[in-house]
Amino acid sequence: MSKHTLSILVENKHGVLARVAALISRRGFNIDSLAVGPTEHPEVSRMTIAVSVDEQPLEQITKQLNKLVNVIKIVELEPSQTVQRELLLVKVKADTLTRGQVLETVQLFRAKVVDVAPDAITIEATGNPEKLEAMLRVLEPFGVRELVQSGMVAIGRGSRSISDRTLRPVPVPPPHVASGPPNLQAQPADRPHHPVPAPPPGRPVAPARQG
Amino acid sequence: MSEQLTGAQALIRALEHAGVDTVFGIPGGAILPAYDPMLDSTQIRHILVRHEQGAGHAAQGYASASGKTGVCMATSGPGATNLVTPIADAYMDSVPMVAITGQVASAAIGTDAFQEADIRGITMPITKHNFLVNDPNDIATTVAEAFHIASTGRPGPVLVDVTKDAMQARVDFQWPTELSLPGYRPVTRPHPKQVREAARLIAAAEKPVLYVGGGVIRAQAHAELKELAELLGIPVVTTLMARGALPDTHDLHFGMPGMHGSVSAVGALQRSDLLICLGARFDDRVTGKLDSFAPEAKVIHADIDPAEIGKNRAADVPIVGDCKEVITDLIAALQTEIANAGRTPSYDTWRHQLEAVRAKYPVAYDEPEDGSLSPQYVIERIGQIAGPDAVYTAGVGQHQMWAAHYLPFEKPRHWLNSGGLGTMGYAVPAAMGAKVARPDKTVWAIDGDGCFQMTNQELVTCALEGIPIKVAVINNQSLGMVRQWQTLFYDKRYSNTDLHSARIPDFAKLSEAMGGVGLRCSDRDSVDATIEKAMAVTDAPVVVDFVVHRDAMVWPMVAAGTSNDDIQIARDMAPAWDTEEL
Repeated sequence: MSKHTLSILVENKHGVLARVAALISRRGFNIDSLAVGPTEHPEVSRMTIAVSVDEQPLEQITKQLNKLVNVIKIVELEPSQTVQRELLLVKVKADTLTRGQVLETVQLFRAKVVDVAPDAITIEATGNPEKLEAMLRVLEPFGVRELVQSGMVAIGRGSRSISDRTLRPVPVPPPHVASGPPNLQAQPADRPHHPVPAPPPGRPVAPARQG
Repeated sequence: MSEQLTGAQALIRALEHAGVDTVFGIPGGAILPAYDPMLDSTQIRHILVRHEQGAGHAAQGYASASGKTGVCMATSGPGATNLVTPIADAYMDSVPMVAITGQVASAAIGTDAFQEADIRGITMPITKHNFLVNDPNDIATTVAEAFHIASTGRPGPVLVDVTKDAMQARVDFQWPTELSLPGYRPVTRPHPKQVREAARLIAAAEKPVLYVGGGVIRAQAHAELKELAELLGIPVVTTLMARGALPDTHDLHFGMPGMHGSVSAVGALQRSDLLICLGARFDDRVTGKLDSFAPEAKVIHADIDPAEIGKNRAADVPIVGDCKEVITDLIAALQTEIANAGRTPSYDTWRHQLEAVRAKYPVAYDEPEDGSLSPQYVIERIGQIAGPDAVYTAGVGQHQMWAAHYLPFEKPRHWLNSGGLGTMGYAVPAAMGAKVARPDKTVWAIDGDGCFQMTNQELVTCALEGIPIKVAVINNQSLGMVRQWQTLFYDKRYSNTDLHSARIPDFAKLSEAMGGVGLRCSDRDSVDATIEKAMAVTDAPVVVDFVVHRDAMVWPMVAAGTSNDDIQIARDMAPAWDTEEL
């Protein structure tokens, strides 16, 4: 199994997180990390999901996620082409004897002290998962009293944006546009016949992975 | 143009705008506001069913027989949860359906209020999409979106859960002129490059087979399918969901593949060098053991749902698109391919081989030795007497498989059954829905005695609403398919499969008690007369209790978990593959 990072643009509507998370769990996969937040478009949220899964099931999950009506776009972010960041807050034991060493570690990893107590220091650090893991390894011997970590967020390098073109809402004609209020005088015997609505004009959208 | 309405009036008005003429449902507390304006609608006929499951299957039957979107309605809590089975069924079989449920007032949501169930959460994995509406201003747009989603792309069920307070509030009704669904853009036009590649593979193949699924029926692509098959004389097999996509009597039709498929259909897939899969999904009941399924074949897989392609079997040429458009484009591409190559590919040798197998191993049955009635004969005679113009529904089990083999399927939308979910009890309510959609058609439900006892209360609905369906209960006094497996794989230890239904209930009397006609038949000589008698009744539902031999088995059969190559035409009898040199 290999690690993959999916960036998912979703409509900012209630229940979307439940749909995405439930779909992934239904397929028997564990989410390593998950972050959700707003984007530059108020009606769109972005999820960053890290999963450990093989290539073939990943493709199946991606297709299934694409089928969710509230999911607008899915992009897999290649680690080498991506900036990945997590935020970590950790409370480390530090008395007068060890405080100096702890502060040195904070400096080494370009972290920040955000709170100090007589016997503990709270550190804020951001970075890719590897850096944070390395910092924790160094801090562990001092005694970690409490730790909280955000899900990873990631963004592709360069000037391109994954939300560039897909976000224009596509107006779809409703199935039956009645020209006026329905004929309330019609007797059951001569109910109007309603033809099956024509499918909307096809637009090649990302999910169709052909060839 | 807008007008002041209550949310409930807006809901009914929206259904009218969506073109709804029939709703199957049962009122209750939370949906009560909607039922008041329902009374005033002259466009919508509400059919009061006796169980919400019946409403759901009736909506499915209505949709499958007509091609329109079926609608069912129920109240919150138990009303909504009773819809879960038909919703799951519609999801598996891609039936366009909209389910409207009442929900407790928004302030009460999450408080374990009376008749509260999180039906949106419950149905998330079994709907194409679902909505919880608690703002009355969203009602019209949500209904429009629900019908659009249910009926386009790969069809499926959509649930709209509306809170009671939203229905009681006042609202400016406005039917939307456009919908904003940025995440929903089904691809219907196939990619031309993929279609050309498919045509190239077909022209190069020696043993191609058109493996046709329910997608061809849903896309109304039967005429195109016939043209494609006839263009080059490519053999066709139709799955359980696709019976009628190509007429059974067509020379190029080699039967139904699968666990209980015909030898010619199963053999065609197994020995093929190119599967042209149209709107089918390599279901385990078709493939048997996946790694030995059609081992020599390349695969062209066309489906409107990209997630089906490569799910079970890798595709050499994936094509995402609507079956009707795919087949139309494929015909054109093949004609170009033929013109460019200057020669027409011929599959005569392959077809003759299959024809020999079809002639040698027709789907057939033996008469019971004790002189009792054979279930296959009954079904065969119903098909011959009612003919290919009748609509047939079936429950799930032995009778379903016999119906799939022995009924005459010549047209699409004349065969409705629960293929994916395998829901016992589907037949009677689905027949009711089909008859409402196609009142001009004779509708026969081929049901089992087990299935019939799950949903027969809808005969009351049929009797009161003037929906004269016909039900043949193939009464073998058992849960027949389970009994067959117990015979074959559990040493004839018949644990809990004996229903004693030759004795209790009396199906004919039961039918009469529910306002229908009840008939009974247990000998071969009176089968025709009994069917004719049932056919003559046009003003009431009819139930015929056909008491049949209890040990008749469904053959051919590929035992679960084995390879399709191990198909048996009868117990311990395998076709002689080697001598056929298929």
